[in-house]
Amino acid sequence: MAEERKSLIKKIGSTAAMNELMAEYFKELDQAANTHSAKVAWCTSVGPAELLRAFGFGVYFPENHGAMLGTSRLAPDLIPAANAVGYSPDICSYCTSDVGSYLQKNTPLTKAFGIKTVPRPDVLVYNTNQCRDVQDWFSFYQREFDVPLIGVETPRSVGEVKSEQVQDIVVQLKGLIPALEQVSSQKFDIDRLREVVASSYRCTLGWKKVLRAAENVPSPITFFDGTIHMGPAVVLRGDDRAIGYYETLHAELQQRIEQNNGAVDGEKLRFFWEGMPVWGKLRAHAELFAENRACVVASTYCNSWIFEPLAEPDPFLGMARAYTELFIVRSEAYKERYLEGMARDYRIDGFIYHDAKTCPNNSNNRYGLPGRLAQKLELPYVVFNGDLNDLRLYSEEQARTQFEALIEQVS
Amino acid sequence: MSNASSDSPPVFFCGVDVGASATKVVLLDGGGDIAGSDVRLSGVDYQETAEQALAEALAGAGLAREQVERTVATGYGRRNVGFADEVSTEIQCHGVGCYHWAQRAITVVDIGGQDNKVIRLAADGKRLDFKMNRKCAAGTGAFIEEIALRLALPLEQMEELAASTQRAVKLSSFCTVFAKTEILSHLRAGVPVAEIVRGAFLSVVQRVIEMDPLGGDVVLTGGVVAHNPTVGALLGERIGRPVIVPPQPQLTGALGAALIARRAV
Repeated sequence: MAEERKSLIKKIGSTAAMNELMAEYFKELDQAANTHSAKVAWCTSVGPAELLRAFGFGVYFPENHGAMLGTSRLAPDLIPAANAVGYSPDICSYCTSDVGSYLQKNTPLTKAFGIKTVPRPDVLVYNTNQCRDVQDWFSFYQREFDVPLIGVETPRSVGEVKSEQVQDIVVQLKGLIPALEQVSSQKFDIDRLREVVASSYRCTLGWKKVLRAAENVPSPITFFDGTIHMGPAVVLRGDDRAIGYYETLHAELQQRIEQNNGAVDGEKLRFFWEGMPVWGKLRAHAELFAENRACVVASTYCNSWIFEPLAEPDPFLGMARAYTELFIVRSEAYKERYLEGMARDYRIDGFIYHDAKTCPNNSNNRYGLPGRLAQKLELPYVVFNGDLNDLRLYSEEQARTQFEALIEQVS
Repeated sequence: MSNASSDSPPVFFCGVDVGASATKVVLLDGGGDIAGSDVRLSGVDYQETAEQALAEALAGAGLAREQVERTVATGYGRRNVGFADEVSTEIQCHGVGCYHWAQRAITVVDIGGQDNKVIRLAADGKRLDFKMNRKCAAGTGAFIEEIALRLALPLEQMEELAASTQRAVKLSSFCTVFAKTEILSHLRAGVPVAEIVRGAFLSVVQRVIEMDPLGGDVVLTGGVVAHNPTVGALLGERIGRPVIVPPQPQLTGALGAALIARRAV
């Protein structure tokens, strides 16, 4: 019998605190939905969460649920149910796995937190800054639950973010208020919004410090760790508990730095991950790089939850800028400059591009960018085919060979 | 190099390439010349197939197992070769194997049973970059196997038919199933089978051309060209210059692995 290999993944001690916090968050939501102690709003992950919190909504993020369906590997079993009712296998697999989860009445929240179902929404709020799929995804639930669907339509492929574009988003955000007042039965309170945005901004600063710790050689944290520890920045920004968590996590990473204790023992190579994680393969990928003494130190993905413009004195302007200046919203030229800066800051040896079949908006390898950047920076790269959730679109052997070949090339 | 004394038997270096379709073994002597080799279908038990391939290569060369100083395994089944001292990717091994023959800057195109690779090497043999095909049979040996099945032809007859005509139908689908449907239309229209087979070869070539601009001297390797030289000729026609096909092109990955084994000692 084959000998079981010891995992090379170093556990982050703060994980227990994060798990407790996430459990608290989901149980509060469950209670709100079951006892009607608070209204529940579903929000896209880079949507106007601060505005919803200012109204006292419990805010639930279907994309976070999508990621859980991916990590739990329930997604490939649930996606076919959504396909069967007309949702193409080519569209966002967060959407299809989440719709499949609803149709099959099977959620990872049950195993993780003892929660029977996702919390029933009172309102659905989207922002199309990431893609159009989120709008169509939420439309499914509008029909199922017969609740209001409101949202913000953001321009895409934006080069320089112009004031008129930001102003348009400000107008759209303010336009959500009447519907939110009606659903929540609360009057809008600008002071409360200021408090929530300020809290969200402090969460951003904490999360940024965590990610920037990876500039250290050796890095105290990997991209794969980051995809897990970003949870509070996604679902609890605007809630002070998230700020506290990132202080705890950062202190632990700082200690690792002081002790020269890298996340990967004997770190020799450093890579940047562009695109979505393959949620069902996080552990396998983390092990593969660790066994080759390679650390994936940074990513566009984890950095997408840093919202520095929230520092704006006007909270609407802050939210509008934060949700429009995002990497995913921007033009190819902007993205190229951004990645160039990341390569320099994190002192990387190469790029890994994930061409996620069902996520064209977050697969930035499709218009020649990897080749242009490789030529400019003289850094090698690999593009691998896969998907965020649909493992039927991923070949373990092909990906492994490509990662190992990249490692060989720079070793 | 080995410190074997003059009265001990000479030592050899082994490369094993366990591909999705075929397993290849190359034995190199201390001077870097091929002393023995074997090619066989990988089957379902990679470990056993690798053992058999090694035994056959040793027997063919009149060597004993103890004379193998070091073994490097490559290919999709590289981790299943229990007797290997080291593993290396097929990207690395094909590069090293081709450079051994070319000794200059080259673009390697490997058309395998399940995937294609394009590897660019600098004048000193250092790898500049590489690409692999998307996860699809289009452009690989698997495509030709599927088409042979549809046309009810033994694989060995495909080359003969493709070489027998200069005319080729156009098969434009990426999808193998769609391509087979296209073939049905051609058959219904009375197109000779040889033109369909040549069209299938051209389709493989077209998928490869879509992967990379293929600059400089192009070296073509892999089982597909080993069994179907017309694929090499068609690729040359499409890029406007002849491609270089090394001796025993199916063995290039195993050769590269053996060269890496030899280098490590």
